[in-house]
Amino acid sequence: MTATATNPAAATTRTRSRAIPRVNGSAVVMVLYLLFLMLPIYWLINMSLKTNTEITSTFSLWPQNLTFRNYVTILTDPSWYMGYVNSLIYVVMNTVISVAVALPAAYAFSRYHFMGDKHLFFWLLTNRMAPPAVFALPFFQLYSSVGLFDTHIAVALAHCLFNVPLAVWILEGFMRGVPKEIDETAYIDGYSFGRFFTRIFMPLIASGIGVAAFFCFMFSWVELLLSRTLTSVAAKPIAATMTRTQGASGVDWGVLAAAGVLTIIPGALVIWFVRNYIAKGFALGRV
Amino acid sequence: MEKTVNHKAWFLVLPVLVLVAFSAVIPLMTVVNYAFQDTFGNNVFFWNGLGWFEDLLASERMWNALGRQLVFSGTILAIEIPLGVFVALNMPKRGVWASVVLVLMSLPLLIPWNVVGTIWQIFGRVDIGLLGYTLDSMGIRYNYTQNPVHAWVTVIVMDVWHWTSLVALLAYAGLQSIPDAYYQAARIDQASRWKVFRYIELPKMAGVLMIAVLLRFMDSFMIYTEPFVVTGGGPGNATTFLSIDLVKMALGQFDLGPAAAFSLMYFLVILLISWVFYTVMTNLDKRGG
Repeated sequence: MTATATNPAAATTRTRSRAIPRVNGSAVVMVLYLLFLMLPIYWLINMSLKTNTEITSTFSLWPQNLTFRNYVTILTDPSWYMGYVNSLIYVVMNTVISVAVALPAAYAFSRYHFMGDKHLFFWLLTNRMAPPAVFALPFFQLYSSVGLFDTHIAVALAHCLFNVPLAVWILEGFMRGVPKEIDETAYIDGYSFGRFFTRIFMPLIASGIGVAAFFCFMFSWVELLLSRTLTSVAAKPIAATMTRTQGASGVDWGVLAAAGVLTIIPGALVIWFVRNYIAKGFALGRV
Repeated sequence: MEKTVNHKAWFLVLPVLVLVAFSAVIPLMTVVNYAFQDTFGNNVFFWNGLGWFEDLLASERMWNALGRQLVFSGTILAIEIPLGVFVALNMPKRGVWASVVLVLMSLPLLIPWNVVGTIWQIFGRVDIGLLGYTLDSMGIRYNYTQNPVHAWVTVIVMDVWHWTSLVALLAYAGLQSIPDAYYQAARIDQASRWKVFRYIELPKMAGVLMIAVLLRFMDSFMIYTEPFVVTGGGPGNATTFLSIDLVKMALGQFDLGPAAAFSLMYFLVILLISWVFYTVMTNLDKRGG
């Protein structure tokens, strides 16, 4: 304390001289870490732009004969691109269902006390945490017995197991930030619940709805075990289609890599818009 | 926020209740049903009491899978939490670079889990993968399909690659909530870098770090797809974690009874951890507002 008081100039120079190498140190750490993250992805992209002969015969850090043939194969062969279409169908269905049922429930949890609310909220959480492996076989039997096996809706409903709780928790996290006075004022002004909810409340938590939808989309998109167990042909997801690159003549590495790159694209497209909410979404709206 | 008591709110949660009951309670009841019965085929079942549970508790296979699972979860936590905090401390605080870094770091989190497996399966191969090739040319005989140690290292590095960013992003969110005044005060007191971390940053991050630990523990505890794609649980059973073992039992061999008993015990563990998680969350909510 006394040192700073008697000689403030010396203190500032000291902090500054300490600050400069620290920034550089941070930059080095970040570059190394990002390099570690990007190298495997880079390698996947690199391989997707090579021919199989080039992949297996020569080792090079970038494609010697740049080719888009692997992508053409996927985008022109129905048995390939239908995998993406199937995945997209059930993922979108699941996102719509999850957010639609979660919205009123999250509102109830954020505004009211009711009988068993805490237990219900906790029970929802346990479903978010439930291992899909536990549910794979019962789901298979359940959906087979009601004739929904190998349909998109079966996978969409199955993914509701963890996505509905996720959406409820995320939305509740956003809704608690909206002051309750807004609700009360609206009711005094003669708004019905439905009109208040859609006209006033939903626009206020628009970013929360976006984040919840994004996370439902993502968790449904990345899941493989349930979607693979519940489908065979008609609703086969891309993740399961990818296993067929292992043919009799060995693995078709180029096409496998290209298929992998294409699955990363949906996430990569929207990531910029949700960048500030990633932590919040994973932490169930609690950061 | 003060909440009012309103039992009509049940109508608002009813759709969620019905939907989740359909996709959670009914299947779980099936599991419970199988767990206590045995069959000679033809869908004829008879009561087996706690038989499957006794078998399970005596089976070396389950304990081995559980042991592997705990070692795996413990290892990745021990690496990812400190590494994630370290990365978060070094992330740029604001500006364009902060956004770019956020986007690049989030990328692995959004990749489908089987593709994560595929990426590392390719990356680690000695003939065509950058990592495998490099290690091989350095004279290290690296082979994750034959050598259990290499398989473990590969699976752990893959998980670190996949999820460290999540820990870092959560810790970063905790750091962002520290007012500049705290740092200024520390500077006036000439606190060392370590003391700033120990007495300002760490306490402020404690809540989110707890979330990070629990999330990573839960998700690693039920990991299936990524190690399955890379190693298929092998070589031998070296990387057969709980979920892989369970799926083998249930969908591979159709051993319904043991698989169901296994599932229930698995689920109880999850329930316990969920409860800890819930307590942490609600305490955090109370503190926050």
